[in-house]
Amino acid sequence: MITLRFVRFLEGRGLVFLALVAALVLLVPVCNLLVPPGSPFHVPTGMVVLLGKYLCYAMLAIGLDLVWGYCGILSLGHGAFFALGGYAMGMYLMRQIGTRGVYGHPVLPDFMVFLNWKELPWFWHGFDMFPYALLMVLLVPGLLAFVFGWLAFRSRVTGVYLSIISQALTYALLLAFFRNDMGFGGNNGLTDFKDILGFPVQAQGTRVALFVITGLALIGTFLLARMIVTSTYGKVLVAIRDAESRTRFIGYRVEYFKLVVFTLSAMIAGLAGALYVPQIGIINPSEFQPTNSIEAIVWVAVGGRGTLVGAALGAVVVNALKTVFTTGFLAPYWLFALGGLFILVTIALPRGLVGLAGDIFARFGGAGRGPTRAEAGQTP
Amino acid sequence: MRFCRLLAALAVLLCAMFLSPARAEGVDAALDRFLADSFAETEAAIGGVAQSGAPQAVAILQALGERRLFAHPASRGVFWRDAAGTAFDARTGLPAAMPGDAVVIRLNNRLRNVVQAALGTMTLLSPDPAVRLRAAESVFRSRDPAARAAIETAIAREPRGEIRRVLEEAHAAIMLADTGVPESVRIDAVRRLAETGDTEALGLLRQMLGPTAGPLRAAITQGIGAIEQRQQFRAAAQTVWFGVSLGSVLLLAAIGLAITFGVMGVINMAHGEMVMIGAYVTFLVQEALRQNAPQHLDWSLPIAIPLAFLVAGLVGVAIERGIIRFLYGRPLETLLATFGVSLVLQQAIRTWFGPTNREVSAPSYMSGAFEFLGLQITYGRLWIVVFTLVVFLGLLIVLKATPLGLQMRAVTQNRRMAAAMGIRTRFVDAMTFGLGSGIAGIAGVALSQIDNVSPNLGQSYIIDSFMVVVFGGVGNLWGTLVAAFTLGIANKVMEPFAGAVLGKILILVLLILFIQKRPRGLFALKGRAVEQ
Amino acid sequence: MSLTRRSLLGTALGGAAAMSLGIRSGFAQAAPIKIGILHSLSGTMAISETTLKDVMLMLIEQQNAKGGVLGRKLEPVVVDPASNWPLFAEKARELITQQKVSAVFGCWTSVSRKSVLPVFKELNNILFYPVQYEGEESERNVFYTGAAPNQQAIPAVDYLMSKDGGEAKRWVLAGTDYVYPRTTNKILEAYLLAKGVAKEDIMINYTPFGHSDWQTIVSDIKKFGSAGKKTAVVSTINGDANVPFYKELGNQGVKATDIPVVAFSVGEEELAGIDTKPLVGHLAAWNYFQSVKNPANDAFIKAWKAFKKSDKAVTNDPMEAHYIGFNMWVKAVEKAGTVDVDKVIDALPGIEAPNLTGGVSKMLANHHITKPVLIGEVRADGQFDVVWQTKDLVPGDAWTDHLEGSKDLESDWVGLKCGNYNTKLKKCG
Repeated sequence: MITLRFVRFLEGRGLVFLALVAALVLLVPVCNLLVPPGSPFHVPTGMVVLLGKYLCYAMLAIGLDLVWGYCGILSLGHGAFFALGGYAMGMYLMRQIGTRGVYGHPVLPDFMVFLNWKELPWFWHGFDMFPYALLMVLLVPGLLAFVFGWLAFRSRVTGVYLSIISQALTYALLLAFFRNDMGFGGNNGLTDFKDILGFPVQAQGTRVALFVITGLALIGTFLLARMIVTSTYGKVLVAIRDAESRTRFIGYRVEYFKLVVFTLSAMIAGLAGALYVPQIGIINPSEFQPTNSIEAIVWVAVGGRGTLVGAALGAVVVNALKTVFTTGFLAPYWLFALGGLFILVTIALPRGLVGLAGDIFARFGGAGRGPTRAEAGQTP
Repeated sequence: MRFCRLLAALAVLLCAMFLSPARAEGVDAALDRFLADSFAETEAAIGGVAQSGAPQAVAILQALGERRLFAHPASRGVFWRDAAGTAFDARTGLPAAMPGDAVVIRLNNRLRNVVQAALGTMTLLSPDPAVRLRAAESVFRSRDPAARAAIETAIAREPRGEIRRVLEEAHAAIMLADTGVPESVRIDAVRRLAETGDTEALGLLRQMLGPTAGPLRAAITQGIGAIEQRQQFRAAAQTVWFGVSLGSVLLLAAIGLAITFGVMGVINMAHGEMVMIGAYVTFLVQEALRQNAPQHLDWSLPIAIPLAFLVAGLVGVAIERGIIRFLYGRPLETLLATFGVSLVLQQAIRTWFGPTNREVSAPSYMSGAFEFLGLQITYGRLWIVVFTLVVFLGLLIVLKATPLGLQMRAVTQNRRMAAAMGIRTRFVDAMTFGLGSGIAGIAGVALSQIDNVSPNLGQSYIIDSFMVVVFGGVGNLWGTLVAAFTLGIANKVMEPFAGAVLGKILILVLLILFIQKRPRGLFALKGRAVEQ
Repeated sequence: MSLTRRSLLGTALGGAAAMSLGIRSGFAQAAPIKIGILHSLSGTMAISETTLKDVMLMLIEQQNAKGGVLGRKLEPVVVDPASNWPLFAEKARELITQQKVSAVFGCWTSVSRKSVLPVFKELNNILFYPVQYEGEESERNVFYTGAAPNQQAIPAVDYLMSKDGGEAKRWVLAGTDYVYPRTTNKILEAYLLAKGVAKEDIMINYTPFGHSDWQTIVSDIKKFGSAGKKTAVVSTINGDANVPFYKELGNQGVKATDIPVVAFSVGEEELAGIDTKPLVGHLAAWNYFQSVKNPANDAFIKAWKAFKKSDKAVTNDPMEAHYIGFNMWVKAVEKAGTVDVDKVIDALPGIEAPNLTGGVSKMLANHHITKPVLIGEVRADGQFDVVWQTKDLVPGDAWTDHLEGSKDLESDWVGLKCGNYNTKLKKCG
């Protein structure tokens, strides 16, 4: 009975998605650690890192889809929350280096030694403790989103105005983090990490473990998001997306609904960033670049906005294409392919890849369906 | 100090030059020193040539200053080319065939100063006022007691007020620097400098403060105070000017977006690339002129403006017809499609023109600076401000006073009603987008004068452009104008206190807060609709 | 030109994104030696890095024409890290694990190098880094063929203090706000103070990347220069911001004869995008200029112009660094008789290869090389006149003596097997 309800809760797509991620979480460690490198079923460690990165992006995309696909808030600044989460994790990892930095200073990270800083700035305190860092991973992006959202939604900043000021937010943070005087390592950012929770970050086992954790976090995020969108709260979000004023006139405090989902989404983005950093090995201000946030929007659109599976799928597909196209003789031309894809998807596939898959499935008599037009938020 | 003595001798010779016909002894010996390819020898050679009194001395030194003087050690020949490329033998001053393997005589900055100082004294009486002005400035800098006699003659003969002023300043500088003259004369010189002097006079006064004492020192201190006070007052005006100039750049970059985004509601991420296309058109025009008609290079910008408008406008129409028309009513999705367009255009330019910067030179009327009420104003910036305002007014006229403008406004306000009235809305859409893109192209022509012409050009302006349009209020051209200048001036006012980076961050934060206060920008369009 | 032979992934555009991993096609005869080229071909850094990719392709082509190395052909593998730092790490990993390259030539910015460092250490491969940088680093897997601060910044300042340089007494240190200018300026400030320059005669200014409105700063520089002392500007302004900076200098009439600007990041390539007539006499400090006359350089320039099929193609310092680095790698491989990474790393120190300024550079035990330092003045045609140069080659110093944290550090990968040996504490790290 519960299983059945769970299946209905997920819909067909969600079930396939969860099965897929779960399979990855189970199979990748086996194929990486147990299958010998010569075997065709061996997954090289590089691939584990790559997949881990895609899954982090998928989490960011799901978070973004919650606000854009379901609530109609086009945030062009979600990269900022992702990066802030990443920095919080990066600060923890920097503190773990201890005396193993090039200058061998017991407390200060290398870049502070070299800028002649004498003591740790106040905001770096506490980051040597993992639970505190984890709290900050959620709290910093959440708090920023809360303040920003509270100001914006209360004064009914909507549509493109909101998009542009969210872009201004990430741009301002980009400039701020570039400054060496801020104490975040300037342009070089935070890098050369050694340990996480006592395990060496570069060890194969740690990498696989990080991948598994990312996979589980993605599953958790997906279930949480699914719970939200199937709840009454989620229905109100869709109502706000489709007719904000009408929803307000009915008596809902629209700004609170928006604020909650915006803050939650920022926290998801922060968590994704925190998982991303130890796997990639660097966090630097370029993550705040406005184009990064726009790209994240594009993933959601390519996959199919208003469908959680689509958002995640879009993130994986676009980034996989990027990985492929940036090697070899296609390297000078990959931007053509990427740009072309965005144009094509917007014009020909307004409901994204998931919509396309649904249409194909429906034509051949399947039971699944893509998002309807209304679901994808295309009501004017 | 050897140099001063050298110039003293030079002055004596100069006086002699006025009395008797030029004598050419010594020029050969001096020229021989050019063959050594050593900076020390070249310096001695310059002095020798200047002293020689040879009629070709000025031409030789001018050629040396502009890398047109050649040495041919094998034949012990020294030659110069004039601006047209004809070769002359430096020893005789007559046209001559120059060996192909003659090498340019190199200078460094120190020697360039020596050449200028020598030339300054020698050309104070040139018939060309521009040369005289330059000469007066060089004498001011070298402030050689030896040039005093020449400069007094020059002051007496100078017909032009502004050159005479510089000459008098140079004279004062010489008197001040000369410890041999009575103190009262030097104090007078200080007053003279303090009265009209600018930054350079300030530098001189500060330099003289060290070795002086007594009443002269007091006068200098007073003089420095006077100039500093004047400059402080000017600094505020200068900041405003910098702000206006930055604002005009922002306005220029944003004004096309005010049409495509502001009027049509298309979130045009490819706007920056239209600006880039305009800049590349300028580059192509200059290339074509450089190859075919280098004498008309100054015309490159007037030619590039309509061309850039056309090319960028056509690309805009193509984008509208090919992509955007499928997306009306889905404004946020235009963002995605045009983001794709932007990537493709950038990479296309990168493939065709290469990733490196392209050279776009400044025409003569846009180079240099002038002083206005003590403000240093560069011609380039001034032209851009003027040009921006002209473009803005032109656009305003198109929108308010032409049938096309009327139709544009009608379509954007109520598409179906406009269609019912017989307006070809699709055509108008394409024209509107083309107009916005074309204006972005024109902006590219102007921006090519102050920024990189590279595939990244557009990216550096796109965010600022959106800020300006949103700050001013979407759909309101006047709002865009006010917003651009406000942001420009605010930025420049902040910069000295907060630094360039922090200033910009503060502006962004203030902008975010401002939007909370006025969610639809400075000048919101008034309407009764709850949602737009 | 044979690029990668790896059959690329079949991608279905038109919506579906079916992706299948390619199958590597094998070679019948002796397998070629693969060399990774890790330079951005798109994004903001493409402006500088694309030519470095091309120069590597040319060098590999030339080497193949000579019969390759150890009787095997060289095969370049080009990837595009797209000016995206995490992507640099990802691509480095791909080059090493999937493409199995024997060495990588790449990176430009410090952050891209920092981003790939852990990858090179973990997977044990070789990186040749061709750009002048801030020093404060010496890694076993990296060979630094660009200038360390003592090979560029300090000689430039010495020159400006000399009689020929104009005897500058007042200094503006202007830079983009990132690690290279910060370090260089720190070193220079310490150096100037040690030379007796007063604190108030040094002005330090930082601007963001891509800064385009230089009106205020240039006018500040003019004001600073009006104190009656000869003033010079040391510019560590990065790439894109230089063009507007120089345009503003020209417009506001800051002439090299009054306030010379010496730049460490402006070479022939950057000047190709500027009208240099107003800039004549401004300076740059490098280890190579295209205008240097000698047979090796003439041949290199000729080959480069032929390779680019353009008469206007210019050469610059980082290209020369790749030229030196590549030739050193070839010699080291021949010396070691294998492309085995550990053996090549051990073979490299002590290897000598001719540079393009007429000398012979040597790879040192600290993985930096010896280079001459040249000061050039900008000419109206966008080239430089060399006005000064060091008599001997200057050995690159990884850890500067002018900074508190690094003055006790030393790097020696031959004897001590350590990149940051603390001479005071007598221990590594």
